[in-house]
Amino acid sequence: MSYDLVVIGGGPAGYVGAIRAAQLGKKVACVEKERAGGTCLNWGCIPTKSLLRNAELFHLMKHRADEFGFSFDNLSFDWSKVIKRSRDVADKNAGGIEYLFKKNKVDYILGEASLERAGSVTVKSRDGKTQKLEAKNVLLSTGVVSRPMPGLPFNGTTVIGSREAMILEKQPKSIVIIGAGAIGVEFAYFFNAFGTKVTLIEMLPNILPLEDTEASQTLEKAYAKLGIQVLTNTKVVKAEAGKEGVKISVEGKKVETLEAEVCLVAIGVQALLSGGTALKLTQRGYIETDARYQTSLPGVFAAGDIIGPPLLAHVASYEAIQAVEGMFTNHAPKKVSVFPSCTYCQPQVASVGLTERAAKEKGLKFKVGKFPFSASGKARAVGETDGFVKILFGEPYGEVLGAHIVGAEATEMIGELGLAITLEATHEEIEATIHAHPTLSEAVHEATGQAYGVAIHL
Amino acid sequence: MPYIEMPKLSDTMTEGTLVKWRKAIGDTVSVGDILAEIETDKAVMELEAFDDGTLKEIYVPDGGKAQIGEKLALLLGVGESMPKKKGEAPITEKRDLADAGEHGQEVSPKSKTKVEPAAAPVHVASAGRVKASPLAKKIAVAKGVDLATIHGSGPGGRVVAKDLESAPTKTSRAPAAASAPIISTILPEGAKRIPLSGMRKIIAERLLASKTQIPHFYLNIEVDAGELLKFRSQANVHLEKAGAAKLTINDFVLKAAVEAAMKVPRVNASYAGDSIIQYADVHLSVAVAVEDGLVTPVVRQAQKKSLREISEAVKDLATRARTKKLKPEEYQGGTITVSNLGSHGIDNFFAVINPPQAIILAVGAIVKKPVVNAQDEIVPAHRLAIGLSADHRVVDGAIGAQYLAELRLLIENPVLMLI
Repeated sequence: MSYDLVVIGGGPAGYVGAIRAAQLGKKVACVEKERAGGTCLNWGCIPTKSLLRNAELFHLMKHRADEFGFSFDNLSFDWSKVIKRSRDVADKNAGGIEYLFKKNKVDYILGEASLERAGSVTVKSRDGKTQKLEAKNVLLSTGVVSRPMPGLPFNGTTVIGSREAMILEKQPKSIVIIGAGAIGVEFAYFFNAFGTKVTLIEMLPNILPLEDTEASQTLEKAYAKLGIQVLTNTKVVKAEAGKEGVKISVEGKKVETLEAEVCLVAIGVQALLSGGTALKLTQRGYIETDARYQTSLPGVFAAGDIIGPPLLAHVASYEAIQAVEGMFTNHAPKKVSVFPSCTYCQPQVASVGLTERAAKEKGLKFKVGKFPFSASGKARAVGETDGFVKILFGEPYGEVLGAHIVGAEATEMIGELGLAITLEATHEEIEATIHAHPTLSEAVHEATGQAYGVAIHL
Repeated sequence: MPYIEMPKLSDTMTEGTLVKWRKAIGDTVSVGDILAEIETDKAVMELEAFDDGTLKEIYVPDGGKAQIGEKLALLLGVGESMPKKKGEAPITEKRDLADAGEHGQEVSPKSKTKVEPAAAPVHVASAGRVKASPLAKKIAVAKGVDLATIHGSGPGGRVVAKDLESAPTKTSRAPAAASAPIISTILPEGAKRIPLSGMRKIIAERLLASKTQIPHFYLNIEVDAGELLKFRSQANVHLEKAGAAKLTINDFVLKAAVEAAMKVPRVNASYAGDSIIQYADVHLSVAVAVEDGLVTPVVRQAQKKSLREISEAVKDLATRARTKKLKPEEYQGGTITVSNLGSHGIDNFFAVINPPQAIILAVGAIVKKPVVNAQDEIVPAHRLAIGLSADHRVVDGAIGAQYLAELRLLIENPVLMLI
């Protein structure tokens, strides 16, 4: 078969790129080794959001029922149903993508692809059959997998990655999580909510180290209140894994050895390269691409996690669309510059643009506006007063440089500020926009007013 | 989508000319059928159908131009109905559009009095709404810049902050110095206006960019071509007997240019803003004069090719370049260019660098002239002048000189090219 575009990998980069190319009237195939949707839909964003929803509800009933006037006898949960709901959600979504492929006339091919050379892809399907696809263009979007900890290889039972963590058959009594990025932090919340003893280890001074320091510190306090043991500035010096559990020796404020049933290693990821022709890689092992997302092999492009950070589904989709439009139209592809980051623990953490740290490092002049949810009527009404909205405004014009939200619906509120950055809105446009009352998003308006001395409710 | 749009057929293409429709309105079309011929800036290419259907409407007639993405025709599949759209004037029957030709060539006396908008940006008082971001508006006020004079790079021409970075302020605004020369739009008696072909536009754009953005410097040498001439006639005697094509002087110069680049790889490179990319392969671009311009087809991995293979590749590429039969990949991705005007009677010259390459060689004619030999005698000799233009960001004088020294060694001792 001959195609205008063969996409290898059906995740948020691959399936989105395939559909956009089809919309442009191109003949497209998408080769997927496992199931459409990629890590995001099958083993990442979506199933974990399902688990976290269960965790939030259980936490509310278990620890805050009295505050809301409820009481239960024998409140309990069924672990296998918690896991099953998450898998059902993923299954349903994956079916949705197959429908989108059909609707857009994208040939969906299940099998393992290998790039023979520019213009030719071989696919070995599960039944062992091999077929050759001729491709005027190839888009690689094979993504990444969890990176193992040196000296502590994954064994699927006591040393696991995020993928195993979301389908554990039995709830562990205790877990040590190494790495406090979004994955580590979310699983810490999830397991803790159901009563697992959680220890979260981070080498850097704060959890969610890429976020604004104030946001990280606020979450650290919230986690301490939830009973999660957070060890920052802490290095793993020795690790042993057995059948029954793990022993992790750490060096931080204290030198100690932690014992747990399970260890979740969430220190990062590594590129998942498809077979065939070797392409030029970056120092960190991702596929190197140029401004048009083209790899070292002309006619072969790459997008998504496989080309390196930021490792986010929405970034991957953006990159794939840019790459595909660059291939087939006269659009000059853009690289990702401003993107939102979201972590779905409670309270949630969301950000877009520069942190205060980064703005200082760049030597920018800026003003900070901040509004705590404890001063928001809606936040009090719904009982979610943790957190704040913090916005950085450039001087002298007042454009939004960055925004950081910690709080109950932080991830739903960050969009407004992303739009503000894209449109180059300044504090005046935010102030001039009437925000609905009562909502949590009024805090965005108030934080803006606070920066310029016109906040009403502070 | 039932619409056929102008496809992007080369990296540098922005618009295409519809040379000729091969299908007429009402024709049935199946996948793979050739719908039309399209001339890009580089070549004439065939437009294939990606869907089955019937050609219902044609929007761009033979000889008409269209931007990439512009609708060319409507192709309806079985069961698809005509989309309702106002404001378009499709050609619903096949006819030759004589006026299309007129549009292209303004040679009629009418054009004498026709005043076209000047090339310089027209200064409109900012009466109408200017699309600009709030931040851009504030910067414009602070800098005293009239937003209407700024070209917006945002969606739909919206002026964004970046566009104001280099904007001149009101007090220091220079008279609108556009990159295009301002030439009177009124034609003098007897003059005619020749519309730019796609190729001419690209030559203009790329060479203007090259000469204004690349810091060129020039070196030249004159080498003794006596051995080369002998060597060539010996080789050609044998080739002729074997019924093979003869080698030209330029074939030897090309081979030498490639071999020398392998010896001095720093010339086989591109400036990439924050780094220099040095290539492993020498993809040799060879300038070929064609009607109304020139193209530079590429001999790929020339370092792996023998003299004869280079000679054959160049002959084939040049022939197809002249008939516009090159595929895009055959004129893209070169790393070094050689231009030879010897056969046009030029003794020596310098060429403009072909970006993103770092060097270009300009080869003249072999000239018989008196030289002083090692014994201080004046003797007749065959001399060949070679000019090198180099991008100083990539290649310094000493490296350029080293490259030319290698080139001299090879041409004066052509046997070395075989080793």
